[in-house]
Amino acid sequence: MALSYDDVIAKYEPVLGLEVHVELNTESKMFCSCSTTFGGEPNTQTCPVCLALPGALPVVNAQAIESTIKIGLALNCQIAPRSRFARKNYFYPDMPKNFQISQYDEPICFDGYVDVEIDTEEGPKQFRIEIERVHMEEDTGKSLHVGGATGRIHGAEYSLLDYNRAGIPLVEIVTKIVPGTGKYAPEVAKAYVAELRDILRGLKVSDVKMEQGSLRCDANVSLRLIGSAVLGTRSETKNVNSLRSVERAIRGEMIRHAELLNEGKKVKQETRHFQEDTGLTRSGRSKEQAEDYRYFPEPDLVPVAPAPAWIEELRAQQPERPSLRRKRLKEQWAVPDKEMAAMINADALDIVEETVLLGADPTKARTWWLGEISRIANEKEIALTDLTISPKDVAEIVALVAAGELTDKLARQVVEGVIAGEGTPSEVVAKRGIKVVNDDGALMAAIEKVCAEQSETADKVRNGLIPAAGALIGAVMKETKGQADAARVRELLLGHLGQPSN
Amino acid sequence: MSSLSRDEVAKLAALARIEMSEAELVSLSSQFGSILDAVARVQELNLDGVKATSHPQPLENIFREDVVLPSLTPDQALSGAPAQEDQRFRVPQILGEAE
Amino acid sequence: MIKNTAAQMSSALEKGETTSVELTKIHLDRIADVDQKVKAFLHVDGESALKQAAAVDADRASGKKLGPLAGIPLALKDVLAQEGVPTTAGSKILQGWKPPYDSTVVAKLKAAGVVILGKTNMDEFAMGSSTENSGYGPTFNPWDLTRTPGGSSGGSAAAVSAFEAPLAIGSDTGGSIRQPAALTGIVGVRPTYGAVSRYGLIAYSSSLDQAGPFGRTVLDTAMLHAVIAGHDPKDATSINAPVPAVVAAAKSGDVKGLKIGVIKQLQGDGYQTGVQARFSESLDILASLGAQIVQVDCPSFEYALAAYYLIAPSECSSNLARFDAMRYGLRTGEVDGASAETVMNATREAGFGREVKRRIILGTYALSSGYYDAYYGSAQKIRTLIIEDYKKAFTQADVLVSPTSPITAFKIGEKSEDPIAMYLADVATIPVNLAGICGMSLPAGLADEDNLPVGFQIMAPAMQDQRLYQVGAALEAALVSKWGGHLISKAPALGGAR
Ligand SMILES: [Zn+2]
Repeated sequence: MALSYDDVIAKYEPVLGLEVHVELNTESKMFCSCSTTFGGEPNTQTCPVCLALPGALPVVNAQAIESTIKIGLALNCQIAPRSRFARKNYFYPDMPKNFQISQYDEPICFDGYVDVEIDTEEGPKQFRIEIERVHMEEDTGKSLHVGGATGRIHGAEYSLLDYNRAGIPLVEIVTKIVPGTGKYAPEVAKAYVAELRDILRGLKVSDVKMEQGSLRCDANVSLRLIGSAVLGTRSETKNVNSLRSVERAIRGEMIRHAELLNEGKKVKQETRHFQEDTGLTRSGRSKEQAEDYRYFPEPDLVPVAPAPAWIEELRAQQPERPSLRRKRLKEQWAVPDKEMAAMINADALDIVEETVLLGADPTKARTWWLGEISRIANEKEIALTDLTISPKDVAEIVALVAAGELTDKLARQVVEGVIAGEGTPSEVVAKRGIKVVNDDGALMAAIEKVCAEQSETADKVRNGLIPAAGALIGAVMKETKGQADAARVRELLLGHLGQPSN
Repeated sequence: MSSLSRDEVAKLAALARIEMSEAELVSLSSQFGSILDAVARVQELNLDGVKATSHPQPLENIFREDVVLPSLTPDQALSGAPAQEDQRFRVPQILGEAE
Repeated sequence: MIKNTAAQMSSALEKGETTSVELTKIHLDRIADVDQKVKAFLHVDGESALKQAAAVDADRASGKKLGPLAGIPLALKDVLAQEGVPTTAGSKILQGWKPPYDSTVVAKLKAAGVVILGKTNMDEFAMGSSTENSGYGPTFNPWDLTRTPGGSSGGSAAAVSAFEAPLAIGSDTGGSIRQPAALTGIVGVRPTYGAVSRYGLIAYSSSLDQAGPFGRTVLDTAMLHAVIAGHDPKDATSINAPVPAVVAAAKSGDVKGLKIGVIKQLQGDGYQTGVQARFSESLDILASLGAQIVQVDCPSFEYALAAYYLIAPSECSSNLARFDAMRYGLRTGEVDGASAETVMNATREAGFGREVKRRIILGTYALSSGYYDAYYGSAQKIRTLIIEDYKKAFTQADVLVSPTSPITAFKIGEKSEDPIAMYLADVATIPVNLAGICGMSLPAGLADEDNLPVGFQIMAPAMQDQRLYQVGAALEAALVSKWGGHLISKAPALGGAR
């Protein structure tokens, strides 16, 4: 029976485990000198090493090591004085060597943590996510399935392989099990991935684009009866590729597990795939038996032993932590708690800051992004950052309003136009013929007309009842089709009715 | 006397992606006893506290600079391909999913 | 001319007494004459060899400064990638594959003007001690065509001892250069691990593999060693240090005051009488030349063979995973509806030979969960003990010595049904590989009982390869003067097939 989320958390406690894969933004691949540029023609970024031609040997990219240590430091990890690469042996056609060079029992970084904060009804709550390890590995090639239905793997007649992505440096960040998040599990997971993303972006070590796959999350979920010490069987949901999906996938898995458990059935330990359209997961092909990866030290690569002085140098270069940055921006911009939380929750901090850096007033920038623009994003069910409007556009709109060339109402039309793909704000203004009525003569004509029509109200104002002016101003705005500057209308109207305008 | 049954050999062959004939499985299984006895001699010594050697030379920190060098041309990359299509390696249908 | 040493050919070229084209032609003729009997080569490319030779001759004519081996022909073990030339590692699974790149060894040979005649036969993926495991049929020992030349570099050794080439490149994972050198009466060196780049050397066991030179004399071998050694940034295990002065050492050949350690564990039971006799004779000669002979104890060598037959198969089970019918090489079993996995399984079944499969299965087993510590893990610890034994022994002696192979060349087919007996052929050579140090085999004479060559092995610490040549040259000089010529001159004439 379909359970509600509340039913689930009334009875069970979720335990999470999150594995995040990050593609580093090095120029060249992890073990060879092929370019990492995204979107090249097939098999143009390959060489004997990344095609695993007989005889070819890997050599480690120094920048990848440095980036990984930076990540480890940012996640409060220990940096191993000595670590080794290992071969993870399994056959798969998009993996040319039929082993992946990875790290096994000697990862380069281990034992760290990340603190995340989520907004709850009882106010902001902090959770500490402990990091088990951060290690280096390499990505696989891409396969294209031809024939059968819709390019899917099932029913395909054959496959075409492109090894341009084979050997792209990957860093895998693995948490320890995360208990104690209770009903907040989905939000905590999302906040964790968002925090990681912000940290990685701050370090400039990855493009962290979830939609392009440069940051991907595998979510392990299990449930146990509240109060029980025994862990339940977990499922692993692969390649969840947006923040929103992280939350949805975990919520969905919690409900699915609870339904199985309530019916007395067992949760299968398996890999599942998240489906964006339904928000549900489907079972991957379950393997008959657990794969035996036969890890052993990679004999072609020698140990990595970073000098303590180098680690300290990298530690000293660490950028501002996202949590501290948030604190700083909150103060600089004088944002109330609730609005700050809303901004973080909407993942709007970066775009607002960018907008502010382009000259916009912080409050105005925030109001635009979290107000009108968020409303449109919600309507379209997409992320704020996926809309076609950029911080530059918003800064331009704020500037146009400040210059009196747009009213707030007109500016909303411009926002709409930019999102509809009509061009930059000034292009939209030009195309749509949007213009503030600045002509006092025209405004006076409208004011006189309105005062004549609503003479009773006009008399109230004349007699000093200033608040009554609102209705008249509204009518004038209507008369001028919203193109007038409300402040100027108020000024002229009050003058016209013999009242002071401030 | 060590031994490895026909079924155990079959399991290893599957792991190593080799489709062995029944005769091969049986013959390998019959040879494995003496081979395993020979290699099991490594367990005769007390090795507690002995470090494992994975690399014969004590080298560390061998890296390359993060510099892009020319790749193979797609023609070169695909020159040994048993089959190709659209500048990609053409392979039979892939069952199962990647890691 | 064909029986000259490479050093003699080099000086004849320098003096203008011959040309590289002429040298190349006579070797190609010799190959045409005798290789039907010896089967040293898998692929001979006379046309491009002559082209290369002509280019060197032109360079020489134009007064360009050339290296000592410029214009000298060479046979290349088929385990090294050479751009555009079929490279199979002796396996059917790579039949017809032409690499789009040169191995570093080949690049260095080309840069030095060495003329590559062709690719030589080998045990499939270098797994074997007789060259019988080649996917393309065995190579025959020029001393006795009913016998094996040893292996896995049997093709290279046979080519040099049959005068099909003055020089050859082999690779040595457990003795694959030294043992065939011993069995064919020539000189072979396995350099220090990391001294010669492995880039482009088709991997059998990555932590043990090392390419090295064959020659008919110590000096020839040193000259080739000097050409192929040196640091390579494409191989992360390559040692960044100057190449030891091997040629100078081969020219000096002085052992006065040197301490030579005889390893207790590498003699006695299992060593053929004639092998033991030639070995002690050589020791006497070295003593008479002023060396001090000492006995050293390396107790863990007892376990070297066992450790080797876990480490090498484990690494090979992973190294050979790439031969999967997807990107290059053989593809079979592609019937209607067959999956990639089915085709992979069928291709690996059809493309790999018996010994290769045996080692892949053994390695898969040794690495599998539940067995790793007992097998692979223990083997790596034995490896540490062997390294420690060597360290201690090298405090007592400058070089260590033993017979190269406990037996002389054996009959084709004699051991091919008994893997354990075959593995024992490498008992004296394997410790060098496990420790990553260097070793040489040079001819010590013929065994009385079968009139077949016996090899004398010299071992030196890592990056002290020059010591091999220093001792080897001294012993060689004394033996040559005793015999009145190089041992190889006693090899039976193969006669012309034409
Ligand atoms: Zn590459």
